[in-house]
Amino acid sequence: MRVLVAMSGGVDSSTVAGLLAEAGHDVIGVTLQLYDHGAVVGRKGACCAGQDIHDARRVADHLGIPHYVIDAEARFRSAVMASFADSYANGETPVPCVRCNQTVKFTDLIQLSRDLGCDRMATGHYVQRIDGPQGAELHRAVDPGRDQSWFLFATTRAQLEQSLFPLGAMPDKLHVRDEAARLGLPVAAKPDSQDICFVPSGSYADQVGKLRPDALMPGEIVTADGAVVGQHGGIARYTVGQAKRLGTATQDGGTRRVVLALDPAQRRVVVGPATGGTRHLRLREVNWLAGPARLRCRVKLRARETPHDAEIVPTGTGAGVILDEAALPAPGQACVFYDGERVMGGGFIERPAMPG
Amino acid sequence: MIYLDANATEIIRPEARAAVLAALDLTGNPSSVHTAGRAARRVLEDARETLAARFGAAPADVVFTSGGTEADALAVHGLGRGRRLLIGATEHDAVRAAATGADVLPVDRHGVADLAALARWLQGGPALVCLMQANNETGVLHPIADAAALCRGAGAWLHVDAAQTAGRMPVRLDDLGAHSLALSGHKLGGPQGAGALLLAADAAAALAPLIVGGGQERGRRGGTPALPAIAGFAAAVRVGGDLAHLAALRDAAEQAAMSVGAVVLGGGAPRLPNTTCLALPGVPAQTQVIALDLAGVQVSAGAACSSGKVARSHVLDAMGAGALAGQAIRVSLPWNATAQDVAGFALAYQTMAARLSRSAA
Repeated sequence: MRVLVAMSGGVDSSTVAGLLAEAGHDVIGVTLQLYDHGAVVGRKGACCAGQDIHDARRVADHLGIPHYVIDAEARFRSAVMASFADSYANGETPVPCVRCNQTVKFTDLIQLSRDLGCDRMATGHYVQRIDGPQGAELHRAVDPGRDQSWFLFATTRAQLEQSLFPLGAMPDKLHVRDEAARLGLPVAAKPDSQDICFVPSGSYADQVGKLRPDALMPGEIVTADGAVVGQHGGIARYTVGQAKRLGTATQDGGTRRVVLALDPAQRRVVVGPATGGTRHLRLREVNWLAGPARLRCRVKLRARETPHDAEIVPTGTGAGVILDEAALPAPGQACVFYDGERVMGGGFIERPAMPG
Repeated sequence: MIYLDANATEIIRPEARAAVLAALDLTGNPSSVHTAGRAARRVLEDARETLAARFGAAPADVVFTSGGTEADALAVHGLGRGRRLLIGATEHDAVRAAATGADVLPVDRHGVADLAALARWLQGGPALVCLMQANNETGVLHPIADAAALCRGAGAWLHVDAAQTAGRMPVRLDDLGAHSLALSGHKLGGPQGAGALLLAADAAAALAPLIVGGGQERGRRGGTPALPAIAGFAAAVRVGGDLAHLAALRDAAEQAAMSVGAVVLGGGAPRLPNTTCLALPGVPAQTQVIALDLAGVQVSAGAACSSGKVARSHVLDAMGAGALAGQAIRVSLPWNATAQDVAGFALAYQTMAARLSRSAA
């Protein structure tokens, strides 16, 4: 079959391209140029493409497959970076990778794969597509340490039908690197990518500030009853549930305070004991991969955490979530529903109404 | 495989290939005093005279460069010092990137330079104007002789990028009345790696070099000349010159595309005989280029960045093409294009248009 492989230039998607080509498929490599690399690293004369696009092209050369670079800069800016900054300015902690998967990759690239007459689009994500009685299902990767299903909850059923995830069944990353080495791929020993791709310096606040300066305006750190316990340099620097950058405001006698809420209207960071939390969440933009139906399941509120037992209640395009035990979910993050290994759906966590 | 991207690089002429191979065996450096050096120098000077005679400049005022981009950069930097700069809105990046801070001369919806605007702009002191003879994306020709007359009348200099016209239609610096002419060897059937800047006598006397090095090219371009590439360049010049016969094939390709909904951009202006710019409404240019490549037909869109991504065309934007600027491909026939090539293109294009309109519906 003809398969479009989304190649990032990393070892994972390169291995996917290599394995599919080796299996005799008609493989077309495509790499998205998401942003001007030279501008992001701030080095004059740096190529707009960066090393990853170069690497993807060299892998395609090695495999003898056609390879194309797609200009997705404008789309990435409007669909991912702008909403990333807006989300922070609204007192949330966004997940840009989910937005990128949802728009640039699984909407636009899948459309391209159809336009080019491809039977499937393959990516290097660590998730499994398993064909069930009602069609394609999304399951966690075999390697729990690598599982990326949380980041792909927004993939629609139609998109899932068109997708292939050959790495989901790999026992571990070492195995992938071994395959890359066996295929002679020039990226076999390339280090894994870190952080958010368009923030190579690790300072996401600078990126947010460029688009939404209001998210970096200073304000007060207060307790739930309004007592001022510190000052902050912008709500975008804080995440609900974390103590990072609270300084002395973390100390309340013997108890340790964390961020309980972010109030964009008053530019306040609300802190309190980590023992607090909520059992009730509201989700927006819910994507159902089974159902929608009232559901007893386990949910993950962050990319890396132990799942919580919960009940899901569909409400129009959103859903309510009732956790068995209180937690401190960060608005803007995803809440993904799992039935065992299978992803049943998920949505984005809404910011609760500010008390008072 | 059908190659229809001659404006990116021409298919090499057999005579050019033979000249390259012969020059590779010469060994000598044209600057050397010994026998081998003299043999190399003879090839270099023969090439210089070939270009001078064909393109209307004195042999002494033909400066060999690494290609068209360097020739443009040498003209902009070497002639532009202390002068106001004006460039056409549809110039190639070779000029746009060199002429930083230049004013921009608008084009009409067909892509033709606005000479009334040029005349107005010229009333403001010493200037260098850069105007390409034919646009690389649309093939649209600017009225260079008229622009040159305006420039000369105002005491301004005119640099002409003739990379796309040389070898395809008669081009002479002296007849045009311009001050300099940039040429690219590989756009007319020579190998990549050689170009030239031809200078009128007044400009030649004023040119400041970019690279001084060993004083080659009369001190205007240091560095050992790329003799095999230059020999191939000159050989291609000798056998080429006029590709007017390609217009009929180009028109056939256009008709085939228009029959399935394509729109020709720049078709209302005088154009190169080998070039057409075809927009397929609603279909991104990059999708078209990929789909045609997978079908064995090689065309391009916009100006390819070194990353290979297809960037939105500043040329079509300048023409006010709107959304079509991101939906147009360039088909440029090579010197040896055949009716079979065009038939193959027509089939691939129509198949693509049928599939993409279906999936868009």
